[in-house]
Amino acid sequence: MSDLQNLYQELILDHSRTPHGYGLRDEIPAQSHQLNPTCGDEITLQVHRDADGSVEAIAWEGHGCAISQASASLLAELAEGLSVEDLEVRIAAFREAMRSRGKIEPDEELLGDAAALGGVSKYVARVKCAMLAWVAAEDALTRS
Amino acid sequence: MSVSPGVDVIAPLNEAEVRRIRGDFPILGARVHGHPLVYLDSGATSQRPTAVLDAERDFATSMNSAVHRGAHTLAAEATELFEDARAAVARFVGAADDEIVWTSNATEAINLVAYSLSNASLGRGGAAAERFRLREGDEIVTTEMEHHANLIPWQELAARTGATLKVIPLDDDGALRLDIAAELITARTKIVAFTHVSNVLGVVNPVDQLVALAQEAGALTLLDACQSAPHLPLDVRALGVDFAVLSGHKMLGPTGIGALYGRREVLAAMPPFLTGGSMITTVTTTEAEYLPPPQRFEAGTQRVSQAIALAAAVGYLTEVGMPRIAAHEASFGRRLVDGLSTIEGVRVLGAGIDLPRVGLASFDVEGIHSHDVGQFLDDLGIAVRVGHHCAQPLHRRLGVTSSTRASTYLYTTDAEVDAVIEGVAGAIDFFRRGA
Repeated sequence: MSDLQNLYQELILDHSRTPHGYGLRDEIPAQSHQLNPTCGDEITLQVHRDADGSVEAIAWEGHGCAISQASASLLAELAEGLSVEDLEVRIAAFREAMRSRGKIEPDEELLGDAAALGGVSKYVARVKCAMLAWVAAEDALTRS
Repeated sequence: MSVSPGVDVIAPLNEAEVRRIRGDFPILGARVHGHPLVYLDSGATSQRPTAVLDAERDFATSMNSAVHRGAHTLAAEATELFEDARAAVARFVGAADDEIVWTSNATEAINLVAYSLSNASLGRGGAAAERFRLREGDEIVTTEMEHHANLIPWQELAARTGATLKVIPLDDDGALRLDIAAELITARTKIVAFTHVSNVLGVVNPVDQLVALAQEAGALTLLDACQSAPHLPLDVRALGVDFAVLSGHKMLGPTGIGALYGRREVLAAMPPFLTGGSMITTVTTTEAEYLPPPQRFEAGTQRVSQAIALAAAVGYLTEVGMPRIAAHEASFGRRLVDGLSTIEGVRVLGAGIDLPRVGLASFDVEGIHSHDVGQFLDDLGIAVRVGHHCAQPLHRRLGVTSSTRASTYLYTTDAEVDAVIEGVAGAIDFFRRGA
């Protein structure tokens, strides 16, 4: 598989076309809006919690490249049912892999399908695209 | 480029000439991801020929010293070369030597004018600066297609002075609404700032019509020539504008150097923007008298080696011949628009505008973000620009948030233009696989 094919795996293209968690809800729990000023990509993301405090769902809307859209979708899929602490651990692990310039393979056990985004870390200019939703989730949690 | 239908007076560059030109640009031999570099991002920054690289290095190795001060030989030689460089750029755009002010870039050149007007509005510059004063009720006019550098300085100037900013809108194709321009430019208008060639659409705006409207209203005019000066013969006097701004690194020169052209009588009446050393005659602890232009606007240590390298760049362009470069690139503009438009799902921005164009086209691919298109092309060694190209209002007006832009120069070949068209078709296949 070439670097490019690794970057844009079928799984990623599928998520970008039919994203998980797309569509904001009227009730606004913890919400964050993030913008990538270099390309104009943006996302609004909500973290909805269950009565026990765990993440019931991530809902989001935005526009951007396939990487940013797939990444938001994969995050939404991953976050469902996690405790806030577990989600924070996963955001940190994802960030570490993204910033590693291809040196750290994302932990599939921890990140599930989102590990497929590992190829992004070789493309420094695209790390921001992959991180956009995760930064939004992190920011939303600090606001809740 | 013809005197009568069918009679071409300017021959575009032939294949052998383009090959020879390419040999002057070391970077064009580079390989990217295993492919020969196809550089189609000259609209963002152009590549530099050996003559420009050498000029900067030669200056540093044989006569580096401060200009306009010092009695030693190197200082005298450096000053002469620095002023010769100014004369070279002045000749290149049809101006007099003292009408060219060095700046770091075109953005600074526009800000210089905006802040000079701002200072005049605070009363600086005395009676001579009266025509530069903006107050509530005065208006600044710009357009919806501007680069942010020719928009935000005017937003800020309006906010500082109480003047109102008016924006000439675009039609659905992306062309300036000249009919509305005629209504917006009135006796209240103090300055009209607009681009010669859009950095997104590549079309050459009707400068003469906008200048006529501004002159009739008694307004100043500022022309953003960043995308025209590198690609078209430019004569600021013939165009009749009061100001024009240039970017060195878009015309084979280094980064860190730009220029402001200002009509002599206009510059002479303007108060300075940056102040400090090198722009004064007499200084006391309480006040200072300023030098005439251009030095009045060149406070502090100047970008000497960059100015000298820019002179080498315009020398190179002049030797090849600007009319021939324009003829070479006019065919690319057409080829890009026509070639990309035939691909299903590709919309070339401004394709429907009936104006001459340079070798630049921006396009939207349905369902595929510009970053993804650019990433795919990069994998083939093709360098293009993606994003909003510092022109968010223009993109918003045309209903897109970003676009992919291919832009050519004198060293571009037909094969490279065809490669990007083919590459875009390949990107569509790649991203639609499995869909």
